[in-house]
Amino acid sequence: MIAKLKGNYGSGLEALTYAGQNYMVVDRSLIPEILQVLRNEEEFDYCVDITAVHYPTREKQFDVIWVLYSHPRNERIRVKTQILDGATLPSSVPIWTGANWLEREVFDMFGIKFDGHPDMKRILLPDGWKGHPLRKDYGILQQDNEWVQINLGIESGQ
Amino acid sequence: MTDPNTTLSSLDLEAHDKTYLDANELVINMGPQHPATHGVLRVILRLDGEKVLGLECVIGYLHRGVEKIGEHRTYTMFNPYVDRMDYVAAVSNGLGYCETVEKLLNVEAPPRAQHVRVILTELNRIASHQLWLGTHALDIGAITPLFYTFRDREEILKIYEKYCGARLTTHAFRIGGLQYETYTGFEKEVKNFLTFFRPKIDEYEELLTTNRIWVERTKNVGIISAADCIAFGVTGPVLRASGVKWDLRKAQPYANYKNFDFDIPIGENGDTYDRYLVRMAEMRQSVRIIEQAVDALPEGPIMAKVPKVMKPPAGEVYHSIEAPKGELGYFIVSDGSTQPYRVRVRPPSFVNLQALDVMCRGQLVADVIAVIGTLDIVLGEVDR
Repeated sequence: MIAKLKGNYGSGLEALTYAGQNYMVVDRSLIPEILQVLRNEEEFDYCVDITAVHYPTREKQFDVIWVLYSHPRNERIRVKTQILDGATLPSSVPIWTGANWLEREVFDMFGIKFDGHPDMKRILLPDGWKGHPLRKDYGILQQDNEWVQINLGIESGQ
Repeated sequence: MTDPNTTLSSLDLEAHDKTYLDANELVINMGPQHPATHGVLRVILRLDGEKVLGLECVIGYLHRGVEKIGEHRTYTMFNPYVDRMDYVAAVSNGLGYCETVEKLLNVEAPPRAQHVRVILTELNRIASHQLWLGTHALDIGAITPLFYTFRDREEILKIYEKYCGARLTTHAFRIGGLQYETYTGFEKEVKNFLTFFRPKIDEYEELLTTNRIWVERTKNVGIISAADCIAFGVTGPVLRASGVKWDLRKAQPYANYKNFDFDIPIGENGDTYDRYLVRMAEMRQSVRIIEQAVDALPEGPIMAKVPKVMKPPAGEVYHSIEAPKGELGYFIVSDGSTQPYRVRVRPPSFVNLQALDVMCRGQLVADVIAVIGTLDIVLGEVDR
């Protein structure tokens, strides 16, 4: 499968293995097509997880990762891509219905938007929440102090 | 005010119908403080009379930022936190986490530790299913099973307490194995429990399986097809009740499950009744696994060689286990330091809950309660 994909997409796709687990690093522009191909041609019918990692010092700040599993093949693969802060990704809800909440969580925690998502809004945090907490530059203490100052009228709760 | 001169014939009846009859939709709010939502789940229901047209879940009331906490703790320090996600199956959470970090460190727990892990995790599966059965039956209106299951679950909690001092959030495992050797008489007590528990499952089944009220409240309620389950990413007993024979303990064995002989019970219709049967059968299979594990419990060390200060080499690993609720996955990114760079938890309850909408459409309001119960969600895990 990997060889076939590599043949089709060439340098935009890099296949790697770590600790016995296969994953591929894919260029952002190939993402919509690769996910589609994995679902329809390679039978990865179950989208296990979608998540992201923030690297604030990199130019392309975010890694977005899809963990996929194929029931017919009993095989797992991870697809990883790097995107700029503020860039969007195509939603995979049309491919896997279950991606809905997973993408909303990525948006909630990292602020990465998915185009074409049916209901792109926060999921775990309240709608009026400021910032996206799983970014590395998110100030936890600062947010705490602000809340204490506004709501309790004292300088700091710490 | 209506114009007093209006007569019935002067009203545009068609428009009237549109406004007053077709718009008979009612939006009601259920929760977050509701005894049958198993925690703080809020469901916004769109109803036509008693029929559910659709619903939306509002979650996050129990969000504690576990993933963020993980980035600020060392690998060892984060271990007890994972127990607080699915707090009725804390041992399973710990197993998943420890195994993931072991993968990053490239160590493997010694055989004795693996066996004890399997015993405790399977006991936990029974305990989790017992709690599910008690509360699920209570939601539907059968009060007795709750007392039965809690009475018997106590015996499992006693074993935990004797083993590690805690009953619920056990923190039973350590990265690399176990902290504690089993106490004297552990094997005997576990075996005694199995002898005690086997007839209890029959007792539960006697109360419910052929009970007419139970059958009518659960048969053909909350049906979900196998294809829908897979599209939604639903796992665990819910997936199996829809007829998919998939269990991570068999599909991609972890710990030392490949050494044990057990079956994967599956259902046919994917309704609430089948999910009940599947979970009952799973308890019996767990008993089988525990029995084999206790009989074959090897001697030997309980900890692998792991450094005191854990610094896994930079890399990322996704590892998942079959928790009582479904696939529980951990995705951990290490940057070579003592703290994980990123910990992602893939909770089964969160993903399974998404299917609530399709399972409830066209059903009655009272069935929503049954379906929430049958999904076996734990909000601590949904929200993390």
